Amino acid sequence: MKGLFLKGINKSFGSVRAVDNVSLEIQSGEFFTLLGPSGCGKTTLLRIIAGLELQNSGQVILDGEDITTLPAIKRQINTVFQSYALFPHLSVFENVAFGLRSRKVPNPEVEKRVNRALDMLEIGQMSKRFPHQLSGGQNQRVALARALVNEPKVLLLDEPMSALDAKLRSQVQVELRRLQQKLGQTFILVTHDQDEALVVSDRIAVMKDGKIAQFGTPNQVYDYPDTRFVAEFLGAANVFSGTYRDGLFHSEIGILKFDRAPSWEHGEMAIRPEWIKISDTEPEINGVRATVREIIYRGTNLDIWMDPGPIRVRSATTDSFKIGDQVWLEIAPSELVVFDE
Amino acid sequence: MRKIRVLVNIVAVFTLFFLYLPLLAVAFFSVNNTKYGLVWKGFTLDWYIKLFHNELILQAAWNTLVLAVVSTIVSTLLGTVLAIGMDRFPWPRRMNTVLDMILHIPVIIPDIIFAAAMVVAFGFLRLLSSMFEPGLINMIIAHITFQTAFVALIVRSRLVSIGKDVEEAARDLHADTPYLLRRVLLPLLTPGIVAGAMLAFTLSLDDFIISFFTAGPDSVTLPLYIFAAVRRTVTPQIHALSTIVLLVTVIMVIGMERFTRNVQVN
Repeated sequence: MKGLFLKGINKSFGSVRAVDNVSLEIQSGEFFTLLGPSGCGKTTLLRIIAGLELQNSGQVILDGEDITTLPAIKRQINTVFQSYALFPHLSVFENVAFGLRSRKVPNPEVEKRVNRALDMLEIGQMSKRFPHQLSGGQNQRVALARALVNEPKVLLLDEPMSALDAKLRSQVQVELRRLQQKLGQTFILVTHDQDEALVVSDRIAVMKDGKIAQFGTPNQVYDYPDTRFVAEFLGAANVFSGTYRDGLFHSEIGILKFDRAPSWEHGEMAIRPEWIKISDTEPEINGVRATVREIIYRGTNLDIWMDPGPIRVRSATTDSFKIGDQVWLEIAPSELVVFDE
Repeated sequence: MRKIRVLVNIVAVFTLFFLYLPLLAVAFFSVNNTKYGLVWKGFTLDWYIKLFHNELILQAAWNTLVLAVVSTIVSTLLGTVLAIGMDRFPWPRRMNTVLDMILHIPVIIPDIIFAAAMVVAFGFLRLLSSMFEPGLINMIIAHITFQTAFVALIVRSRLVSIGKDVEEAARDLHADTPYLLRRVLLPLLTPGIVAGAMLAFTLSLDDFIISFFTAGPDSVTLPLYIFAAVRRTVTPQIHALSTIVLLVTVIMVIGMERFTRNVQVN
């Protein structure tokens, strides 16, 4: 069985349950992301996969081999640390060569593989420099090369982008995605940045309080969040609470129709701001009469806050609205997400 | 404000003067061509020459050196191992506090108490073996005992500043413990280890109290010799000896500064 399997992983620190009965199947060759707010246990889970932390219970299985109790030094898994954790006293070349040398790979092969890794990450000309002489982005590449040169079965990335500025970050995200697709290796990324997760991942596991809140492709978790937490963590969402009666949702903004019947009587539904249509005439279905309360210019779009609600709507910057304008909003039933709880 | 600044400068200069004048005076009298008196009678190196013909002083210098070198080597080893063990072993938090206290006690305890404790300890040990008669071995053991704490404190602070990240990275990159120590931890710890060793060496070099309580008739060190000689009379030979010790200390301090600066630059 190819792939990484986690079965019922539990880990507590004192009375805090960092990882709470997590089971995951990560396919070989996929870019997998653990997404969640700080303190949700995602880094602990990553460290358990790396072998740097020992779980209280549960199994870790890599390509059919039970590596539950195998220490980090024997796992074919390498990590890019959040701080990069480069060896400050070693040159870039020796940093990258470290993993090969510690496994006593013969010198000519070390040289060949290190140079290949450095070239792949376009830092070949820096091989003689030391980490403190490089920029943050260059150090990140060294950290990546240092891990990838070992040709790990799984590459772990612990918030590797957090030290980079916003512009570089979005560029590196795309590069990282391309690199992973070129190599066809399994990458597991830990991040709290939902944009990053959506950009790079094949699949995302959203974590909360040590548990997997939802698990699926970026499309699935963004478009069909199971819970309010997932909806709000992955971008903006208008959440309405109300009652389900006679096949209709009686909410604070009006009576709405929807596609999927909920299992509850009192609960919540949500719609993303960009899925609400604004029109001058009353739509056939789920029309809500609203007043423009606040307009925020965001460059790529306008964020408009409307009463009642407030409902947040995203519209093109070419639209001209004024505060106080009366409009019709169309809350399409197909875009309305029903939460599980 | 300006007045205060001028005043501060004057006090600073005066303080430096106050600190270094006696030392300069010693150096001055060590090359003064007279046995008594405070008057300049011309330059001479006689006192230094006599010093190097004085068997007792040479023996004391040799003892001092043996004591300092041996105790420094052993305490540096022990202190480094102790620091690594204290910092990297996953002690429970309460144990950590206890260990911390244990490490600080030899540093802050008055030397005289420490020395008296040594006398008691060696008294017991003497019941087991005659090796623990007052003498050089006792002195070496006593010096190691207090030096180890100093070395461990310095190495430990270096360990804390290195952090655990690089060690985890090394383990993640398949390094076993010997390789991790050799290629990562020890190279990164070297500045701390050298600083600790130098401190241990200077502490041993000028220690009087602990040496005094543990020395035997054959193990007189320079501080003990100077103390005994001064009780009779301060001779220019003693000035010469003090000047040499002073110079050695200054050279070591400069060397240490250079070393730590180089390490920081790299």
